[in-house]
Amino acid sequence: MNDRFNLYKFASPATFYPLAGTLIPYFWALSAVFGLAGLYLGMLVAPTDFQQGEGYRIIFIHVPASWLSMFIYLIMAGWAAIGLAFNTRLSGMMAQALAPTGALMAFLSLWTGALWGKPMWGAWWVWDARLTSELILLFLYIGYMALTAAIDDPRRADKAGGLLLLVGVVNIPIIYFSVKWWNTLHQGSSVNLTKSSMATTMLYGMLLMALCFWMYAIAVAFMRVRTIMLERERNTDWVKAELEGGAK
Amino acid sequence: MIYWNSFADFLHMGGYGFYVWGSFGATALIMAVEPIFVARNRKTTIARLKRQLRAESRTPTE
Repeated sequence: MNDRFNLYKFASPATFYPLAGTLIPYFWALSAVFGLAGLYLGMLVAPTDFQQGEGYRIIFIHVPASWLSMFIYLIMAGWAAIGLAFNTRLSGMMAQALAPTGALMAFLSLWTGALWGKPMWGAWWVWDARLTSELILLFLYIGYMALTAAIDDPRRADKAGGLLLLVGVVNIPIIYFSVKWWNTLHQGSSVNLTKSSMATTMLYGMLLMALCFWMYAIAVAFMRVRTIMLERERNTDWVKAELEGGAK
Repeated sequence: MIYWNSFADFLHMGGYGFYVWGSFGATALIMAVEPIFVARNRKTTIARLKRQLRAESRTPTE
């Protein structure tokens, strides 16, 4: 093992805490830059859509929020798997820190979807496979937060929550492939690796917005995980030193 | 370069203003409020942990 770069070192809260603190402002800055560029391209430069008029511009937040809601869940399930397999302390804290942001992304996906569905389909909501599985994702996030909040011992809460996350991960491919597997009202994907059905400015605008959301999620999750670390490790020397050093 | 002819056009969004701005407004609100709540929670947590630490150091342990 190389001494100068040891990945295991960052799995310790005492090392990860200052690292996350240093990185947070950079993630905020990146989020702002990507967001401004994405809004400029998407809202000011991109042409109208020949079928949906200007209403299609909801895509610039609907797709990033939906991607993030699924992606954050996968990351949480990954941390849950590591936590259950290796009994690491950091994994439960990471999953805890990501959950509220993931839930908000799922909510935004449904909210912007409703505001998009009304003018295009004539309905705020339909019980279509894509919409229903995304709603289940929101309930999984809420269920995870409620379950872990209800158990006093954090290590046991992590185990129970981790199990829920791993069982619920089956929902993610269902959301993703629902538009292929079933005949849904929801349109198929506009982007894939080989070809895209979107104009270039639209595509870049959407990808920039997705990066903006991504950086935002990392910044907020890092802020949250630092607080969780202080709370859970309050009896350790490094947290005491941190508090005496005037932690902010 | 800019697609819109006027600011009013931009706000109107070809008749979809309510839906487009309803989506962007909710997103902006959530992305502004979530970090504020996280920061506030951090402040109160740190204050509580500091109080607990001071209380502990006053009671001598054997």
